[in-house]
Amino acid sequence: MHLAWTAVAPARAVWTRLGTTVVAAFLASLVECVEALTVVLAVGSVRGWRSALGGAAVALVTLAAIVAAVGPALTRIPLHLVQLAVGAMILLFGLRWLRKAILRSAGLIPLHDEEAAFAKNTAAMRGGAGSGRGWDKVAFAASFHITMLEGTEVVFIVIALGAGGTGLLLPAGVGAAAALLVIAALGFALHRPLARVPENTLKFVVGVLLSAFGTFWVGEGAGFAWPGSDLAIPCLMVAYLAIALCLVPMSRGGVLPVEG
Amino acid sequence: MGWLRSIVREVWGLFVDDGSFAAAIVVWLPLAVLVLPRVGVSTRAAGPALFAGLAAILIESVLRASHRRSK
Repeated sequence: MHLAWTAVAPARAVWTRLGTTVVAAFLASLVECVEALTVVLAVGSVRGWRSALGGAAVALVTLAAIVAAVGPALTRIPLHLVQLAVGAMILLFGLRWLRKAILRSAGLIPLHDEEAAFAKNTAAMRGGAGSGRGWDKVAFAASFHITMLEGTEVVFIVIALGAGGTGLLLPAGVGAAAALLVIAALGFALHRPLARVPENTLKFVVGVLLSAFGTFWVGEGAGFAWPGSDLAIPCLMVAYLAIALCLVPMSRGGVLPVEG
Repeated sequence: MGWLRSIVREVWGLFVDDGSFAAAIVVWLPLAVLVLPRVGVSTRAAGPALFAGLAAILIESVLRASHRRSK
């Protein structure tokens, strides 16, 4: 019985870490991809698809090159130092998202509105629309700009999640790439912003996941012995989620509808 | 270069929007990592203590923001 447990426990711990890394990268990237897609769709529908998609594609190649350069370089730094530094950054990032998502769910700050963002960007792009031939510099630059901005956040998330342990960069990258493919396919099929994506709920969940990872890695980097080893990660997730869910009604002092 | 400036601003914004919330985390992390083991907290208890501090910072910040907005 004891032998069986010792064989199963490490395998379960590995899958816990791999699975949560892929899911966290996927969900976090999904939010950023939705925001970038809104602007690329606005640019493409007003000024033409060639320049809009060209700008986004060049930005994606640039971002992939950054991941390829920075990711492996991190493996040369001692793991506990990477875990401390990246854990601290991911905590700042994750807890900020979680705090904001709690305040949004409580109705204390407004929800992000993709339809309004699409209308605003479409209006901004109308002046001097491209001829349809050649490259439209304004459309290319706008598309490149938004993809770089939102993509930088995705790159940070992938590198941060991938730096937490040996062999985690690939699953984090797979999670982010899957999010990009899903959003690109939906955008291609629908040709309009994904207003029905429950963005705040996603940010809530991602805030919980990243806060749990950050706490765990800072502890690991500091040499703390987490009870249950890697299984402490899901326990931290449950604890952060419970606190966040309690904080929503506490901070609004009444009952308001929470975004689905 | 405008786009580079906005990327730098965006990256900064990734970590900080409420200054005192970010400052509290930045102060608590080195305290937990350096001080907890020296004041007799065992390595098994230090992880949960690290989490408890972060949870307290989150709770205080959300409730403070809630009071500020309800005034």
